[in-house]
Amino acid sequence: MSPIAELYIFVMAVLAGFQVIAKVPSILHTPLMSATNAIHGIILVGALILALSIHSGAGLVIALLAVFFATINLVGGFVVTDRILGMFRSEREVGPKS
Amino acid sequence: MNVLQQILYMVSATLFVLGVRFLGSPASARRGNALLMGGMGVALLTTLVFIPHFSHVALIVLVVAIGSAIGVVSARRVQMTAMPQMVALFNGLGGGAAALVAAGGTAPSGLADWLARLTMILGSVSFGGSLIAFLKLQEWLNVRPRYFLGLRVAGLVMLAMAVIDGLAGHASGSPALSVLLMLMAAVTGALLTLPIGGADMPVVISLLNGLTGLSAAATGFVLDNPLLIIAGTLVGASGTILTQQMSRAMHRSLGNVIWGQKVVESEGGGSGGPVQPITPEDVAMLLRYARKVVIVPGYGLAVARAQMEVKQVTDLLHGFGVDVLFGIHPVAGRMPGHMNVLLAEANIDYDQLWEMERINPRFRETDVVLVIGANDVTNPAARTQVGSPLYGMPILNVDHAGHVIVLKRSMGRGFAGVDNPLYGDPKTRMLFGDAKHSLGALVRELEGTA
Repeated sequence: MSPIAELYIFVMAVLAGFQVIAKVPSILHTPLMSATNAIHGIILVGALILALSIHSGAGLVIALLAVFFATINLVGGFVVTDRILGMFRSEREVGPKS
Repeated sequence: MNVLQQILYMVSATLFVLGVRFLGSPASARRGNALLMGGMGVALLTTLVFIPHFSHVALIVLVVAIGSAIGVVSARRVQMTAMPQMVALFNGLGGGAAALVAAGGTAPSGLADWLARLTMILGSVSFGGSLIAFLKLQEWLNVRPRYFLGLRVAGLVMLAMAVIDGLAGHASGSPALSVLLMLMAAVTGALLTLPIGGADMPVVISLLNGLTGLSAAATGFVLDNPLLIIAGTLVGASGTILTQQMSRAMHRSLGNVIWGQKVVESEGGGSGGPVQPITPEDVAMLLRYARKVVIVPGYGLAVARAQMEVKQVTDLLHGFGVDVLFGIHPVAGRMPGHMNVLLAEANIDYDQLWEMERINPRFRETDVVLVIGANDVTNPAARTQVGSPLYGMPILNVDHAGHVIVLKRSMGRGFAGVDNPLYGDPKTRMLFGDAKHSLGALVRELEGTA
């Protein structure tokens, strides 16, 4: 993919990101932050590509460390976000509360 | 890249954007998080299916299993008051991973190499800064103000050295220089975060979150992976918006948060009349016969672990037909939106949690305001005293209400070190003592009048 095409993607992502995130009310800013925190766990994709294609040596150590960090970031981030959101309740909501 | 792979990555990116959109309302937020998880699942599976090489699979599975276990256990165990440091820690790990991925990539050339070095700097700064933020929030680390200037200067020097290292590393391609680059950038992040105070943490962790997002996006450019660019940029946008909103809520520029605290002027002018104490019995009577009550919680409430008592007070008042709402300042707590989570944990209905802009017009028709563990965010000097360090900061206009009850441990000042004229206001009464004890006494009084 050409650098210019990637630049387009980046700029469009900035615009889309500002649009959707500006609409999140301050009551939900903590889960927003922990959820976006989990999203940057997407770096696990890069870490896996690296770890699966490298042969050995120092590069492998670096790649595995990246996989380790990214996994904690990703899994922990989603679990904690779900836990936080599970606490937000309202009497207006219909149906059983978990 | 295979066409099918591209399409699946696009599905994943769409799920990310929709997921964040669903986070925009409390009723749909949990589904939003599920969409985000789905997007992540699609991304990871697609990557694994289309990757041409498969080496060290067993080792990688083991590392992922250990990492997942650590992630799940720490996420399940963490207390909600400790959420900011947990987020800081996860964030630092993400930044570290981005830096390592950029460093480990097979020596790209030209533009990609510059981007890889930039990623190493961004990710490592986020790593070092987040670790220090974690230690400070956990209160395992405290720095005396007299070292602040030295730390900031050392941080800048370290950053300059990291940039020089980046230039040299690009020229020589030496792996040792890449390792050194990450170390120096991590130390830079640590040095620059050390002098930042506890009350400024909401701004700092928002900023570090955005920084990690950008480093993930930059990795996307290095690896030619559009999904990393989109996902990382979403996080960068979120971090930027939260940083702006937090700075605005404290009426400070980002530069001011990072480069120095406001100088405290010990000019006590306009404190108003003498402070008037009140007993829990009298507070109970006031609340019992009020029509509209607003509770203004600050981080002091969480420090005193009094959320459950607050819930009991609201339940009792509801029983008397009193309308109770919570007025929440954007910087209440140690991270954006923290106070809402702490109250939600105590089973307080989120419909009762009103943000500053929404609650402020209501104070004029409110009979009693209960201020618990909040100080600077209720200080009317922010509206009236032009010389005050708080002047211009958006506050909760509690002084517009009929009565103001302030629960406070002692007459100490807030983080800004400024006198609060609210306490001398003729309609303010002070209920001194630990918030948990005071509220407990209040609960007993209210139960007695039932």
